Amino acid sequence: MANIPLNPPDAANQKPAVARKKPAGGTGSGTPKTTAPRRKPHGEPFPSDPRPTTFTGKLACALRNLGHRVTGAVWRLGFASRFCLAIILNSGTALRRFQLTIREMYFTGVLSLIIILVSGLFVGMVLGLQGYDTLERYGASESLGVLVSLSLVRELGPVVAALLFASRAGSAITAEIGLMKATEQLSAMEMMAVNPIARIVAPRFWAGVISMPLLAALFSAMGIFGGYLVGVKLIGVDEGAFWSQMQASVDFREDIINGVIKSFVFGIIISWIAVFEGYDAEPTAEGVSGATTRTVVTASLAVLAADFVLTAFMFRGT
Amino acid sequence: MTSAPSDSLVKISNLSFAYDNRPILTGINLEIPRGKVVAIMGSSGCGKTTTLRLIGGQLKPSQGEVRVNGQVVHALDSDGLYELRRKMGMLFQFGALFTDMSVFDNVAFQMREHTDLPEELIRDLVLMKLHSVGLRGAHALMPAELSGGMARRVALARAIALDPMLIMYDEPFAGLDPISLSIVGDLIRRLNDALGASSIVVTHDVQESLKIVDYVYFVSEGKIVAEGTVEEIKASQMPFVHQFVWGEADGPVPFHYPAAQSYGEEILEKAACHG
Amino acid sequence: MNRVTLDLWVGIFVAIGLGAILFLGLKVGNLGSSSVGETYRLEAKFDNIGGLKVRGAVKSAGVVVGRVAKISFDTENYLALVAMDIDKRYKFPRDTFATINTAGLLGEQYVGLEVGGDTVMLKDGDTIKKTQSAIVLEKLISQFMFDKAAGENGGGKK
Repeated sequence: MANIPLNPPDAANQKPAVARKKPAGGTGSGTPKTTAPRRKPHGEPFPSDPRPTTFTGKLACALRNLGHRVTGAVWRLGFASRFCLAIILNSGTALRRFQLTIREMYFTGVLSLIIILVSGLFVGMVLGLQGYDTLERYGASESLGVLVSLSLVRELGPVVAALLFASRAGSAITAEIGLMKATEQLSAMEMMAVNPIARIVAPRFWAGVISMPLLAALFSAMGIFGGYLVGVKLIGVDEGAFWSQMQASVDFREDIINGVIKSFVFGIIISWIAVFEGYDAEPTAEGVSGATTRTVVTASLAVLAADFVLTAFMFRGT
Repeated sequence: MTSAPSDSLVKISNLSFAYDNRPILTGINLEIPRGKVVAIMGSSGCGKTTTLRLIGGQLKPSQGEVRVNGQVVHALDSDGLYELRRKMGMLFQFGALFTDMSVFDNVAFQMREHTDLPEELIRDLVLMKLHSVGLRGAHALMPAELSGGMARRVALARAIALDPMLIMYDEPFAGLDPISLSIVGDLIRRLNDALGASSIVVTHDVQESLKIVDYVYFVSEGKIVAEGTVEEIKASQMPFVHQFVWGEADGPVPFHYPAAQSYGEEILEKAACHG
Repeated sequence: MNRVTLDLWVGIFVAIGLGAILFLGLKVGNLGSSSVGETYRLEAKFDNIGGLKVRGAVKSAGVVVGRVAKISFDTENYLALVAMDIDKRYKFPRDTFATINTAGLLGEQYVGLEVGGDTVMLKDGDTIKKTQSAIVLEKLISQFMFDKAAGENGGGKK
């Protein structure tokens, strides 16, 4: 009676590093034993640690905490990578039965259309106003088209569309998968001999990857249209100069294809983070809402970081 | 791998399981005979659901083995495991219906995933399964529109979609009103006999399950503490079984969660500190 | 959600998405104007190419007739070697004059081709003999100042 096995009273003495070894069931390796409940590597580090009083004790505690965080983060990154591999290995179903992916494209792509189109239009209009104001001073207001189109096609289109996509579609994907996990739907699917990574995760991942470049292109096109509206129709920049200067300085391969590549990479990053956070969410209401927030924050930061790296590689020479 | 199938469909021998370092199950021995309904009972958090997951191969035991139909579950590769799972049905605690699909699609899910049956045949089969749980008229509803009892029945229809040889129920009675409760209890028994399957019911609802099962195992603290037929259990004088069956607040299962020191000692110590 | 409407919406989405990429390529970018067709290679050596870049324009009479394909340094006679891809539709006489010009005062630099009167046309792989280098602003200014100073000095001697 003295030790109820679920919660041994001496749990505080257990070394967390030991408790955080590989979780049971080889999660994410693509085998069917995936949704087994497991201890989070980063959850509640020291549940009932007695507060140290001496300075060295405090220091040791702080160092242990730091180490715990670092190993937790590395562990999670490795887990996320294995998960990504599992998605790719299990993509057969999503691509063979493309109807599954098309269905998800409705939720990730079509439902994001409104926000992408409207934001694109407004961003373009603002660029038109601000750009005209600045270019005017140098007497180069005909270059407005160049300014609007280059900034949209190279940077703003992919990046802003990706940020919007992360908060609109990414959070929805995380919430959906997290809820499916919390309500044991993923477990049930596994027990029905259907791999949830193949049936649930992979279609959402690919739908995101396909939708993102299309959304980014729509954002850029809408933005250029907005810049045209403000610059040409409202302010009265010469229409011919607007388009011809734009065409002369926007290169298809250098600018547009690179922009599409960027948005494609962002699509992979956001979809990956979104499905991973959902799949890894703690199966409770708080767990799911926390995972949704994490998706938006992590995906946005990852997009901005990746944008810097990609820009450095793509446009350094020109 | 396949030894001669004995008369029991599921045979668990010397099974132990631990999450990280916390032991959940220790040295379980258990048999599910073919065609019978067996209940695994115990208080909340004693490892009953874990046992089901081990049978379904979602967890790997740290010791011992689970044999289903003569095959050692955790020794199977993923294809073999999926092959085995097609012959199992499982009812999850709150049904775990796919919320983005209608009732019809939920029941049809496994048929569409695992068979090449034409859509008309699937339709007939699904309606038949739904009819057997009395919900043929609800096939177009979404899971959100169902009551708890109906959702449980739909999940039951889904679990038996491919006529499994083993049906597992994880707390099938949790959170149901008395009428739904006896409907579900009745269905468990009837479907088991109609399909010629074997069933495992994991529950802590003693009264309802004693009406329908053939054999009972009691689990406490990760061990099997008692087993027997319904009559044996009802007549048992074992303190734990008696407490459980008759629902007494205190007994071998203590009311107090074990603390490092007793409440009295703690108060005394505090008083000493302040004084 | 009905499967047919769902498919329709996704179809519309993909169509306008691809349409947007096409719009960017044709209307915004230079995919429409730059001939993707056949080109032939011409080379020219310059003393100084200034700020000319790969994929810079090659113009004749203000019309874009090709692009700069490669810029390298010739170690034999220490000159810049510029390779240009010229549209097959345009032929140039052998005594064509290549210059490096600047669009506007501070604009991009491009290669200008001034047509001569020869009857023999340049072929793929040929080299343009007559070239004029980029005008380097600093050089121009210093030259102007030097000339002026020299002129003043000379005037003093005379």
